[in-house]
Parts: sequence; structure tokens; C-alpha cells
Amino acid sequence: MNKIIALLVFALVSHTDAYSQLYTTRTGFVGFYSKTAMEDIKAENNQVFAVIDAGKKNLAFGLLLKGFVFPKELMQEHFNENYVESDKYPKASFNGAYTGEVTLDKDGVYKVTVKGNLTLHNTTKPIEAPATLEVKGGKLLGQATFKVKPEDFNISIPSLVRDKISPEMTVSVNIDCSPKQ
Amino acid sequence: MFTRKWIVAVLSCIALQEVSAQDSTLLNLMNDSLSAGARTGYVTGTFKATHVVNMQTVESAAKGDLNFVIQHRFGQLNSGSYNFFGLDNATLRLGLDYGITDRLDVGIGRSSYLKTFDGYLKYKLFRQTESGKMPVSVSVLGTVTDYTQDIVGKDYLNTKYRTAYTGQLLIARKISSRLSLELTPTWLHYNLVPTVRDNNDLFALGMGGRLKITKRMSINAEYDYLPSNQVVSTTVHNSFSLGWDIETGGHVFQLVFSNSQSMLESQYLAQTTGTWGKGDIYFGFNISRNFNLKKKKPSTTKQ
Repeated sequence: MNKIIALLVFALVSHTDAYSQLYTTRTGFVGFYSKTAMEDIKAENNQVFAVIDAGKKNLAFGLLLKGFVFPKELMQEHFNENYVESDKYPKASFNGAYTGEVTLDKDGVYKVTVKGNLTLHNTTKPIEAPATLEVKGGKLLGQATFKVKPEDFNISIPSLVRDKISPEMTVSVNIDCSPKQ
Repeated sequence: MFTRKWIVAVLSCIALQEVSAQDSTLLNLMNDSLSAGARTGYVTGTFKATHVVNMQTVESAAKGDLNFVIQHRFGQLNSGSYNFFGLDNATLRLGLDYGITDRLDVGIGRSSYLKTFDGYLKYKLFRQTESGKMPVSVSVLGTVTDYTQDIVGKDYLNTKYRTAYTGQLLIARKISSRLSLELTPTWLHYNLVPTVRDNNDLFALGMGGRLKITKRMSINAEYDYLPSNQVVSTTVHNSFSLGWDIETGGHVFQLVFSNSQSMLESQYLAQTTGTWGKGDIYFGFNISRNFNLKKKKPSTTKQ
């Protein structure tokens, strides 16, 4: 009987060891940029949902494509209407995990590698990118930059505007997560 | 007995692990939060261009955008091979629209038909919302036209006599991502009409729509109904037009067929003399090009 109690205690302890430590934000930032000789395109979204589970080293992002703001109104309309079809597929999301040591009770910048699946335009593709996680005053700050090809997500660019849209977008992520209450 | 307790213990462990495994699907947590905010914005892209064919749409230039429109109509299709089926002749309107705000648009134009100048203000009164709380977009459009062509023996025609006013309510609904419809009740006022039997104030009703056939192409149709007994001295017909929109980046190219030669409300609504049946069909095109004069700053508003 004692053995069983010991085992249950052990199970509980080992369980808390991998227990979720959630950090979240609703105002994360994701921007994407395309540079060509003809035109520079930039779009920024300041309403990104992000959750980092520092206990299990999992993380997830989600955003509404309509939340991307372009300097040109017409570009924004075309992005939603013709490219990502946000009526049909309103969200983009990322779900994955990171590897690398992050000491939560000590302020500092930690280099990690994020690996997971990006879903956009009803298509899911694996993504791997180097990132930094910063522990600062009990908060968890994340930053990453990676490249995405619209083509991989079944987003076709008509030949007439191919000179103006880069075949590869640079995506920049910047989140500032607080411990979830 | 001993083994049973072991099994219970092991099962408890598995159960605990499962609880934590459920936590790890962070995506569910997030999707719930996202769904809450998913459908709150205004409906965009009800029409691709500012005109269905001749009738204006609820769309207007965004704040700081300048839209340059070329509307071109060849001659009548039934004018014979000598006139190359109308292609020898042309009527042209050049127009500029500028977005003062995202809702208020000012436009000017010059049309070769009777050498007419036009100016208008368009204001987005209501905008259709994704939630359906506002089911339609409504714009008001006020247009002034003034034709300046010299007419022999009619020197008395001063600017006042040559001026006409149009007031329109543009009521549109994007029914699906492919189909949009618009209804346009119109009031027309002519300062001068040919005879006393003709009305100075007229009522007309425009109906139009577009059906997208691909992401960047649509088929448009427009019918402008003028109730009878308003224009008596000349025989006029309702205007019917078909169009094919092709959108490429900042351009919208529209190929059109219409029994109206003019592209201005005061002219195509109550002065259309051609009919489709007789082949009085004008082939032409509208081209619009958007120029972005002022870049808006990306919003830094936080939720």
C-alpha cells in the first residue's frame, strides 16, 4: 500500500514537473514584407494571439488575415479578396514547439529553435526557424524572422503582377506574453 | 489484490498525463479567442470598380487615393461596314475621383458627348458589416452636369439652362463573395426641358449586379428603368448594359455593351434613344487606374 501511495505521489510530482506554464498575449505583432525593384509591400498585424507553454515548450499563434494593415487600401482589399481569400479562410495559425534552454526565473535572452506547422489559406506546411525568447520581469518576449513562399500555400500570383510581388515573403514575429492568470 | 492496486495506480498516472496532454493543444484555446473576433469588420470589395457599366457603384476611392477613369464608347454596332460597325466613332469621358476620407469622394469629369463637364460628391452613408447587423451598403451621390456644345440658332442656352442635377441613393449588398447587387433610386432635375410637356423633375430606378467568374473577373449587368410619361417630346428607351470586368493590380478593365452612348446619369437615364433590338449597341470599355497619393500609417491600435 505504501508503495502505491509513493507511486501516486511520484506520478503527481512528475506530472507537475511537466505542468503547463502559460504565457499569453492578444496583441502580438506579425508583419510580412516583400521587396522587388517595382514595389515594396508591407503588411502588419497588431492583434495576434499567442500562447507559449514554457513548461512543455509548446507554442501557438493565431491571427485574422483581415487584421493585416497595408499602407495602400487597395492592396489590402486585393490581399483579402484575391490572395488569401479571407472570407473563406479567415485565420492563419501556427502550432509547434521549441527546443533550447530557457530559465524562467532568471532574466535573459535565450536562443531557441521553433519547429511546427503553419496553416494559411487552407494549407498546412512545416516551418522551422531560429528565434529568441527573452525572460524579462516575469514576462516572456518572443522574436523570430523567417521566410514563407505564397506558392507553398496555394496562393497564386498572376503573371501581370509577378514583378511587383516577391516570390518569398519575409515574416517577422514579435510577441510580448504575460503569465496567464 | 496487490496487482489490482497497481493497475489503479498506473491508470491514475495515465489519466493525469491525459489531462496535461489536453492542455498542450494550445491551438484550441486560441481558435476560440479568434472566432470571437472573426466577423466584426465591414464588407469590402462589393464591386471591383466605381461603375457597374454606366451606373456608379457604392465603391469609391479610399482616403488619399486618386482614381483615373477612362470611359470609352465606340459608335453604334448597326452603323454599317462603311463605319466599321461603329469603331470609326468614339465618345469618351475622362474622370478623376479623389478620396477626401474613406467615406467621402469627390469626382470631376469631361465627356465628349455634347462636350459635357460633370462633378460629383459621393458619401458612404452606411457600410455593410460582416456580422449582418448592417445588411447593405448605402452611398449618396450628387452629380451636376453641364453641356457646353454650341448649338446653331440656340444662343439663348446659357449655363443655367444647360445644367442638370442628379441625386442618387446607391443601395448595394454583397450577397456572397461572388454575387453583389445594387439598386439605385434616382431623382433627376433638368433646368431646361425641350417642351412644356416634358418633366423637369424625373424619377428613375437603376438595377445592377456583378457575378464573379474567377477571383479577378466578373460579369456585370445593368438595367436603368425610366417610368414612362416623364419624357414625352422624344422617344427614349430604358438603358441596358452588359460588362466584363478584369482586374489586374491597380487597374480595372471593363469591356461593355450598352444601348446608351453617354456615360452620365442625366444623359443615359433619360436621353437613351437606341434599343438593343435594332442593334443600336455601343461597344466600349472603362479603364480605371488607382494612384495612391497618401500612404496611410499602419494602425498601432491595440485591442
